Amino acid sequence: MSELERLTERLTAALPPDAVLTDPVRLRTYECDGLTHHRATPGVVVLPETAEQVAAVVRLCGEHGVPFVARGSGTGLSGGALPRTDGVLIVTSRMRRILEIDIPNRRAVVEPGVTNLAITEAVRDRGYYYAPDPSSQQVCSIGGNVAENSGGAHCLKYGFTVNHVLSAEIVTPDGEIVELSAQDPGYDLLGAFIGSEGTLGIATKITVRLSRAPEVVTTLLAAFTGIEAGGRAVSAIIAAGVVPAAIEMMDALAIEAAEAAVHCRYPAGAGAVLVVELDGPHAEVEHQFAAVERICRDNGAFEIRVAASAEERAAIWKGRKSAFAAVGRISPAYIVQDGVVPRTALPRVLAGIDLLQEEYGIRVANVFHAGDGNLHPLVLFDDSVPGEAERAEAVSGRILDLCVEHGGSITGEHGVGVDKARYMPRMFTEDDLDTMQLVRCAFDPRGLANPGKVFPTPRLCGEVPGVRRGAHPLVEAGLAEQF
Amino acid sequence: MAARDVGDALEAAGVAVRAAGDGDEVAGVRPRWVALPESAEEIAAVMRVCAAHDLAAVATGGGTKLHWGAPPDRCDVLVDLCCMNRPPEHAAGDLVVRAQAGVTVEALARALAEGGQELALDVPVPGTTVGGLLATGIAGPRRFRHGTARDLLIGVTVVLADGTIAKSGGKVVKNVAGYDLGKLFTGSYGTLGIIADATFRLHPLPAARAWVTATVERPVTETYGTWTNEDGLTFETLTTDLAGSLATMVPAVTESPLEPSAVEMDWPDAEGPCTVAVLVEGAAAAERAKALCALIGGALSDAQVTEEPPPWWGRLPEPPAPDGPPGPLGAGTGAGDGDGGEILLEVRNVPSRLAGSFVGPLTAAREAGVHAAVRGSLASHVFHVALPPDTEPRRVAAFTGGLRAHMETDGDGRVVVLAAPQEAARRLDRWGHVGALPLMRRVKERFDPDRRLSPGRFLGGI
Repeated sequence: MSELERLTERLTAALPPDAVLTDPVRLRTYECDGLTHHRATPGVVVLPETAEQVAAVVRLCGEHGVPFVARGSGTGLSGGALPRTDGVLIVTSRMRRILEIDIPNRRAVVEPGVTNLAITEAVRDRGYYYAPDPSSQQVCSIGGNVAENSGGAHCLKYGFTVNHVLSAEIVTPDGEIVELSAQDPGYDLLGAFIGSEGTLGIATKITVRLSRAPEVVTTLLAAFTGIEAGGRAVSAIIAAGVVPAAIEMMDALAIEAAEAAVHCRYPAGAGAVLVVELDGPHAEVEHQFAAVERICRDNGAFEIRVAASAEERAAIWKGRKSAFAAVGRISPAYIVQDGVVPRTALPRVLAGIDLLQEEYGIRVANVFHAGDGNLHPLVLFDDSVPGEAERAEAVSGRILDLCVEHGGSITGEHGVGVDKARYMPRMFTEDDLDTMQLVRCAFDPRGLANPGKVFPTPRLCGEVPGVRRGAHPLVEAGLAEQF
Repeated sequence: MAARDVGDALEAAGVAVRAAGDGDEVAGVRPRWVALPESAEEIAAVMRVCAAHDLAAVATGGGTKLHWGAPPDRCDVLVDLCCMNRPPEHAAGDLVVRAQAGVTVEALARALAEGGQELALDVPVPGTTVGGLLATGIAGPRRFRHGTARDLLIGVTVVLADGTIAKSGGKVVKNVAGYDLGKLFTGSYGTLGIIADATFRLHPLPAARAWVTATVERPVTETYGTWTNEDGLTFETLTTDLAGSLATMVPAVTESPLEPSAVEMDWPDAEGPCTVAVLVEGAAAAERAKALCALIGGALSDAQVTEEPPPWWGRLPEPPAPDGPPGPLGAGTGAGDGDGGEILLEVRNVPSRLAGSFVGPLTAAREAGVHAAVRGSLASHVFHVALPPDTEPRRVAAFTGGLRAHMETDGDGRVVVLAAPQEAARRLDRWGHVGALPLMRRVKERFDPDRRLSPGRFLGGI
């Protein structure tokens, strides 16, 4: 009997009857997250309903030395929830109760499986909402948002998950239940935990901040002949001291795809469109709107549309929000990339991407959160053409190099996961990564929580820094992969 | 090991060093040397010397809060970052700035204002450096709108106890690559490593600012008891109404679509007036302030709009005068020890406990026989409480205990003693109970296994 089989017997004894899945067909439905080209059938799947059950599973994993991976809705785009064939996948989808809504204190307490949008829907009538809005918000879970420190189109003004979570009950990799609170004195372990991609434990209860719905929201669509003019408008808006709730840009290829998919009817002939959303007190938005409209015209916008109603706003956003899926209409396959550059480097980086397209003969559609320099290049390829997938992969990697060269980041919101662990050394030195590893060792000295994610070759806890010789023990033990 | 060896080793590493003097004490503990590094590499050199000779180090910036926290278990080298003050690298087009740890927040603000931008934090202690701001995590009125240092910090370079130089984050606002060490180091009181430089996200300077202020002449609560006002009304009746009206007025302001940036209160003396002030920023600030004025005027009299903040805005409370009636513990004067004997507490709670936060410090002060000045954020529900510097140690302990009893009953309240003379602090728990303390200890053990960085300064003896 293997270690996993022995563990499975104990999991079955410890959990409710239908909470342990071992049927290969059912296991296979969990073989990947939103990053579908990484697949691994989990050794066993558990569906706990309480924090105590999560803690019991984690403790048993520890006793058997078996790695575990947490998964929310499985919408992540970096393979952060990629299971391990020799491990346990802990799925939080049965923990989806909203436990408390506390309007006077602007907060809600939820279980990790609650979807992002469900929080907003629960408080919208009372004039509140949950601010982080990843584009998967209808299905993605708050637990996953905490793991990834998710952003969204509106994080330019309102920040990320970490700015909107007040406390979290977590199960540590030791199987202890601990409350991490922003209110407590001491180290900001909550801040370190959020965005740690499941490597420091599993959130089992999350208290989020609710935000007051703004008095006025104004959305504007501006069409430019090219992406350079759109980029100049973005810079001028920021220079004018305006902080919009969102500034999104799409290039001609992305517009073409969106048009084909959802008929968003963006202005004909546009080489780039800019979606600018302003929100806040009426008097302030009115003032800022006038400035933004003038700046767009001064920078060559040939058509400006203003949403006069919620329906018109939805129509403007429709094209942007559909863009990722829409490129499926114009290309058999594509890679969604996620990189960040300082806003002022956008023109240079976009020019660099143009050169890469020529060099590799690969098309790239550009969709990005222009306000914060977060690029989502969609690298298009035909997987039936030999070698094209590899060329697309190369372009995708070189785009990240461009981001790092210009002082940016290899990921703005999708996370490192399994997909980008090998790129971490391009952004961080060995000392930087070893220092992050100290946090990992404090929480998870045995490296059982989501191993193989985020860090390329984690140093063993207790291992003395220096030149590594021979095979890494974690690699030998099958707990890590060396890039 | 001879003192000269260490001094020589530091000098050999190229770091300016001098013998410590009277003014270099850390919460009453005098170091032997003061090192004056000018770069992260020089801090690393200092830490390597400390590691080689098993010396304990404490970092300091402006020295304005060096007496906060517990005294270090040992302190051999004071690492004074005052020389790390190169002009900040302000990338205005990217709305970010990178600054060395020794740059004061005032110098930073001046540099940023030239580009029409600001770091949207109101640091309440003048002379605070970027490093000190982060190490203590201190914030001011606009925490309600912009959060605190942890929310605006996007990248950091730190030096660990073994001299390792590590960075996390970067110079872009949106970045989820790797663990966020900046958050871990913010508010860590120098116990994990020394912050060498930091990168922050910025905001454009608001087009306009306006304040609404209103004064409550006698905000004494019923628990104080026996007073009668000019109209013959007892304070019981009057103050219940007042606490109630504030508890209604504050949410009406904070939840208003007019979006104030801060709502603050200054109550320097329990028997004197209390001032409430609301900040409005951005386009049409004056117009929005007028609308808020009407809102406040319903609850408090003489609300008015001003272009300048009240003089106390964004500062810690001044300690009240120590005279007044003796409390139930009997008369007597205590003695502070060093650092002017500052006694400063921080109280946090949730907005719905507002009325309790009015009553709590007052009741605890009366029970302990001390005078307390209260100032802070009605919107974020974070207050600072100052006691006179010469308050008797047992009264400080009694006050802290009483305050905790009032504030920590419902699970959301927290009372932290930021500064207190050691004689008083010995009788109390500075930090209160924190459930995640064992996990915090494990983090400390990984970062500083030999306890060479500010040992004993932080909660749980970390």
